[in-house]
Amino acid sequence: MEKATVRLRVNGERREVLAPVHHTLLEVLREELGLPGTKHGCELGECGTCTVLVDGRPILSCLALPVECEGREITTVEGLADGAVLHPLQQAFAELGSAQCGYCIPGFLLSAAALLRERPRPTRQEIAEATAGNLCRCTGYLKIFEAIELAAERMAEAAAPRG
Amino acid sequence: MADEATVLSIVGQSLPKVDAAAKVTGQTLFADDLVLPRMLYARLLRSPHPHARIRSIDVSRAAAHPGVVATLVGSELPIPFGILPVSQDEHALAVDKVRFVGDPVAAVAALDEETAEAALALVAVDYEVLPPLMSIDEALRRPDARIHDYGPRGNVHKEVSFDFGDVAAGFAEADHVREDTFFFEGNTHLPMEQHAALAALGPDGKLTLWSSTQTPHYVHRALAKVLEMPPAHIRVIACPNGGGFGGKSDPFSHEIVAARLSQKTGRPVKITLSREEVFYCHRGRHPVSMWIKTGLKKDGTITAMHFRSVLDGGAYGSYGVASLYYTGALQTVTYRIPRYKFEGARIFTNKPPCGPKRGHGTPQPRYALECHIDKFCHDLGLDPAEWRLRNTLAPGAVTANQMKVRTIGLRECLERVVERSGFAARRGRLGPGRGLGLAASAYISGAGLPIYWNAMPHSGVQIKVDRGGGVAVFCGSTDIGQGSDSVLAYVVAEELGIRPEDIRVVTADTDLTPVDLGSYSSRVTLMTGNAAIQAARRVREQIFAAAAKKLEVPAARLRAASRRVFDVADPSRALAFAEAVVLAESEFGTLGAVGSYKPPRSIAKWKGAGVGPSPTYSYSASVVELSADRETGLVRIDKVWIAHDVGKAINPLLVIGQVEGSVYMALGEVLMEEQSFRKGRHKIPSMLEYKSPTTLEMPPVDSILVETLDPEGPYGAKECGQGPLLPVIPAVANALFDALGVRIDEIPITPEKVLAALEGRLRGPRMPELTYPETVVVPPLEPTAPAAAPQESRR
Repeated sequence: MEKATVRLRVNGERREVLAPVHHTLLEVLREELGLPGTKHGCELGECGTCTVLVDGRPILSCLALPVECEGREITTVEGLADGAVLHPLQQAFAELGSAQCGYCIPGFLLSAAALLRERPRPTRQEIAEATAGNLCRCTGYLKIFEAIELAAERMAEAAAPRG
Repeated sequence: MADEATVLSIVGQSLPKVDAAAKVTGQTLFADDLVLPRMLYARLLRSPHPHARIRSIDVSRAAAHPGVVATLVGSELPIPFGILPVSQDEHALAVDKVRFVGDPVAAVAALDEETAEAALALVAVDYEVLPPLMSIDEALRRPDARIHDYGPRGNVHKEVSFDFGDVAAGFAEADHVREDTFFFEGNTHLPMEQHAALAALGPDGKLTLWSSTQTPHYVHRALAKVLEMPPAHIRVIACPNGGGFGGKSDPFSHEIVAARLSQKTGRPVKITLSREEVFYCHRGRHPVSMWIKTGLKKDGTITAMHFRSVLDGGAYGSYGVASLYYTGALQTVTYRIPRYKFEGARIFTNKPPCGPKRGHGTPQPRYALECHIDKFCHDLGLDPAEWRLRNTLAPGAVTANQMKVRTIGLRECLERVVERSGFAARRGRLGPGRGLGLAASAYISGAGLPIYWNAMPHSGVQIKVDRGGGVAVFCGSTDIGQGSDSVLAYVVAEELGIRPEDIRVVTADTDLTPVDLGSYSSRVTLMTGNAAIQAARRVREQIFAAAAKKLEVPAARLRAASRRVFDVADPSRALAFAEAVVLAESEFGTLGAVGSYKPPRSIAKWKGAGVGPSPTYSYSASVVELSADRETGLVRIDKVWIAHDVGKAINPLLVIGQVEGSVYMALGEVLMEEQSFRKGRHKIPSMLEYKSPTTLEMPPVDSILVETLDPEGPYGAKECGQGPLLPVIPAVANALFDALGVRIDEIPITPEKVLAALEGRLRGPRMPELTYPETVVVPPLEPTAPAAAPQESRR
């Protein structure tokens, strides 16, 4: 099996691994880099479960080749928290019971993080549109919407100048 | 325990789940996330034919492929298995026949997954193709081409017929008789996680299997049987399931194959299914054809009901015998039906095997019944909400088929959704293309009987108390996302007066945890909850005895809360929980206790009554508001109101999560989800083509929890994971009638069917031609006359 060296910047860390040339970013993250937080649901780009951020934009890691991501910043669910302090999205998802089985949640968190960067106070419709590519079979999405709204509110409050 | 409800400090609170932080940080390890040193990867070769005899299999070229470590064929695992003792009809790898496209035939273990996959192409299988029987009609037309060599005849897997009471006399008394035929297409669970299993043979010859299974105990039994090993030498650990919904409740080929390959190679072996393979594992909703006939008095009183269901079972037994009984069992536990006849059959076809999906065998008949009710109300000029309210069963009722109802919050569920949605004033008045529909339902809170006959508990809990004040709870229950680990922590924390975060929960490990039968039949909260209460109260007794001595108060006056043990008469007389534990351990030795739960004995006395009885039933009612487009046939759900009698919400946040998830899954089933086949193959084994609702289709949901405090449930709790799915499907169908004035007696209700109905060219469903077996007459247990007025349920 032909292998090649892949140089990536993942969650702020420089990583260099030897990976089969046909391995997708999803496979390199999970198998070569030992970051199993990114999940797979179809490996065909249909379910959104493997969503990660590349330079802040959500992509499906099952459809991306690592070579496309060289020199760019990759964020996975493992890189969302600030050390042991949860990201406001993670905190809100945990509090509101938005993770039932939790399998799709890393993908939703990253889609939501990208949305909040662009639209700090999104409407319910904007949230639904931004996460329309992420399937969840447990929650009916409502607790996910609520958590994104709660996180947005808290992040906006934290960012607001104190008066 | 009259004042118990008033002093609960953990139960009833909307707390985060104990595993919430792990899930939002990606640290929960699902089966495919596990990696062991020297691990091999295996893949399954699956049949390309729906029905064929295997003349020969040659794996020599695959075995010689570089990187391949072992191969496996069916003759190496000749012992059959199956979830039900009465249908041991599966083999880990096909022995002489394949019965559907996707049936596993051979396996290869290799150094990496790609090599295993490549080597599958080198396995030579010589098939003699047999006629593919892709529908009930085809299977019945070819009794000579038997898919299995068991069952009463031809391709009939199981058939039943029961008369509960004098049904003929009931129909003779009727002023009005209505008959309807319905069809519910099959659909699948579509869990986000693909099934995976990792097996490791230890140096001691013992085998460990990690798997995404809802039923580690049953997998344990199947492995012991097929591998011919003592159960004591096998350890099954259920990983957190990335969604189950019933789809991970059977023992599966890949679990047994991984185990056997690990034995063969002496190395850990992992198999992760592709999404396409998950569609082949299936065990999802049975396609069911249904016919229902009801006799009524002019005022709407039912005199008799006759129900027929014919299930397309797919290629294997799975839970199918239970599914068949379930299609006839629960019609009777909502409204007064004094005489009831049930006839049904399950037919083998060459499709992926059907089994239990959320609501197991009851969403199909509930859809039929609730639409049929609206239709006969229409005939008789009765209001459908009024009819339902007037005909709900009373608490303590015994149904014609001998099911015992305990508490019943159905009336309140109906009242609440009717009131909140403005059903009475708004139905029929929303304007063109808009409508409101109502339906109600019931579901079991755990099956009354285990899957294999035995007299042991259904759930066991063990508690270990640490002298530092920590508590470990061990239970065989399996968290599939519903929060069963959290429920154990809440219950034990409540009983011992500590916090859920003081508790370590260890679950779903056949070596470490007492048996719990698994996450199916909505049994876990009720059964593990009761077992946990018993275990916790036993250990609390020791802690209180020691504390009573120290505090010089009678043990009966002690209470545990806020990490303290204190005198209720003088709360300043108190010990920290950890101090009390040290005293108790000093006096009694190492602290621990076990508890267990077994459902009460069913009162039903007929053969087949193993399916239907439950410690108690949950109840739900729903109103759906929708808009339908006459030009495109598209149906948009505008809002769903749903009330659920959960007995007692141990954690309202998690209960609402189950209710909302059930509504979502029901909307997928009623509007779009369906299994479809073409030329013997699954037409759409992918997540793109198998349509399921996205964020953009999900309407707002108004969830209402009704609490009836059932004496059989822990703190009064009933199930909530499956029941709330049931009323939504018929409520949509009934709302569509309000919107467009057409009836679509077939699920899913697709735009094509809506347009066909509007244009008057929709052909209604019909029943397969089938003779039912001679009926078994079951006389009533006691008079089924209407009991006293329903008691007020408590909120």
